[in-house]
Amino acid sequence: MKILVCPLNGPRPVSEFAYGGEVRVSPDPNTCTDAEWSAYVFNRSGSSGVKYEWWCHIASGFWFVALRDTACDKVLATYPADIVRRGLPPLRDGPASVTAS
Amino acid sequence: MFTRHDSLKPAYDVVIIGAGGHGLASAYYLARDHGIRNVAVLEKGYIGGGNTGRNTTIIRSNYLTPEGVKFYDESVRLWQDLGEDFDLNLFYSTRGHYTLAHTDAAMRTMRWRAEVNKHFGVRSEAVDAAFVKRGIPNIDMSCGGHAPILGALFHEPGAIARHDAVAWGYGRGADRRGVEIHQQTEVTGIRVQGGRVVGVDTTRGFIATSKVLCAVAGFTPRILDMVGLKTPIYIHPLQAMVSEPIKPWLDPIIVSGSLHVYVSQTARGELVMGASLDPYELHQTRSTLDFVEGLSSHMLDMFPFLSEVKVNRQWAGLSDMTPDFAPIMGVTPVEGFFLDAGWGTWGFKATPVCGKTMSHTVATGRNHPLIEGFTMDRFARYQLTGEKGAASVGH
Repeated sequence: MKILVCPLNGPRPVSEFAYGGEVRVSPDPNTCTDAEWSAYVFNRSGSSGVKYEWWCHIASGFWFVALRDTACDKVLATYPADIVRRGLPPLRDGPASVTAS
Repeated sequence: MFTRHDSLKPAYDVVIIGAGGHGLASAYYLARDHGIRNVAVLEKGYIGGGNTGRNTTIIRSNYLTPEGVKFYDESVRLWQDLGEDFDLNLFYSTRGHYTLAHTDAAMRTMRWRAEVNKHFGVRSEAVDAAFVKRGIPNIDMSCGGHAPILGALFHEPGAIARHDAVAWGYGRGADRRGVEIHQQTEVTGIRVQGGRVVGVDTTRGFIATSKVLCAVAGFTPRILDMVGLKTPIYIHPLQAMVSEPIKPWLDPIIVSGSLHVYVSQTARGELVMGASLDPYELHQTRSTLDFVEGLSSHMLDMFPFLSEVKVNRQWAGLSDMTPDFAPIMGVTPVEGFFLDAGWGTWGFKATPVCGKTMSHTVATGRNHPLIEGFTMDRFARYQLTGEKGAASVGH
C-alpha cells in the first residue's frame, strides 16, 4: 500500500488519510469582482503537475500540506499546516526546505 | 475497417481532438446530417482506446434534473437503431436497471428521480423490497446484515452495449463519408489569433482550421491550457474490473450507491464491475489492490455465492469531474473552440446524443437547445445543474 509521511504521525498507509484538494489562496471578497470570486469558487488547476495539497490524517484529525506530483503520484514533501500562513515557497524553486519534523 | 491516410491535409473545415466515441460520433453526424465532410479526427493513441474502451457500458436515462433526463432520454432513443445505422452488431441488450436503496434517505431520492423521470416520459418506478427480490432472486436482501435493501429505483430501459463497437461503428460511418481519422497524431498546440482559432499544431505538422472540437475525456485540462481557458474540471482515476466468465445468472444491471457497486453480466458471462472514483487527483491509469478488495467485499455482501469466482482483469480511466456532476459542453469564449467535456463517470451512455448535439453546435456556431443546461458559463452565474444525486454510486 502507498505510504504517506504525516508531519505529526510519521509514515502511515494512505488509506488513513483524506485528500482535501489543492491549496488555493482566496481573493479578498470585499474588493474582488464577481468574476474573480466565481473563478475562485469553481475553477481548478486541472492539468497534471507538482501541487501543494491539503491532506488530513483521519485518526488524529491532523491537517497538513503535501507537495505532490499528480502525474506520477509521488509525494515530494509534507509540511505542517502553518506553512500556509508563513507563505508557501514558489513551486519553481522546488520543495521548501522545511520538511516533516 | 478504416482508410489509412499517410499525410495530413494543410487545412480542414473542422478538427476534432480525440477519436473516442464522442469525437467520432460528432464527426459522423457532421458528415451525415450537416454535410461537413472535410473533417480530421486526431487521436494521440488508437481509436476507442481511452474511456470509450474503459467504461462499464451502462446505458440509462434515470437522471435527476430535467436537463439531464431530457438529454439522456434522447440518447437512449438514438441508441435503439444505431446497430442498423452502422450495419454492425453493438450487442445492445436491454436488461432493466435497479438502483438499490438501503436507507430511507436513498428511497426518498429514488421517489424524486422516478417522479422527474415519469414527468418527461421516462420509464422509472420506485419499487419495494419484494419487487427487487423477484427481479434479482439470487441477491442477499440483508446484504450481509448491515445494509438491508428497502427498495429500488427500477428503470426498465437500462441497457448495456459493446463499447468498442460503438467507436468502430461511428468511426467507420464517418470514414466512409470522407472524414479522415488520424491515429498516433497528438495535438501539441492550438493557435488562437484575435480570440479566434486559426489552426492546430500536431506531432505531424500544422493544420489550418477555424473550428476545433475538444472531446478528450480526462485530458481536457491539458487541451484547455493550450487556449488559455480555466474550468472547474479536475481529474480523478476511475477503476473497474471484470470476473472470469460464468453461466448467465444476472439479467438486470444492479447499482448500489451505499455499497459503491455497479455490476452487469455480459453476453459472454463476465461480470463487469465498477465502484466510486479514486479518492484523490491523479493523471495515471494505474490499478490498486485497495480497489479490488473494497469492491469484492461489497459484491459479496450482495452475492455471497460469488466467493470462489476469480477476477480476471482490472483497469482504470481518467475522469474529468465537475462540481455538479453534469458535463461542460458547447461554445466557449474562444471563437471556434468547442468543448465536449466534464464527462466524468457518465459519458458512455451519452455518446450518440453528444455526437448529435455537438455536431449541430459546431456546424451552426450556436449551442443545441438540449445542452443549454451544460454550458461553461453556468458556473459564473452560479446556476449549476445538480446531477450528483443521479450518479451511480455515492462519490
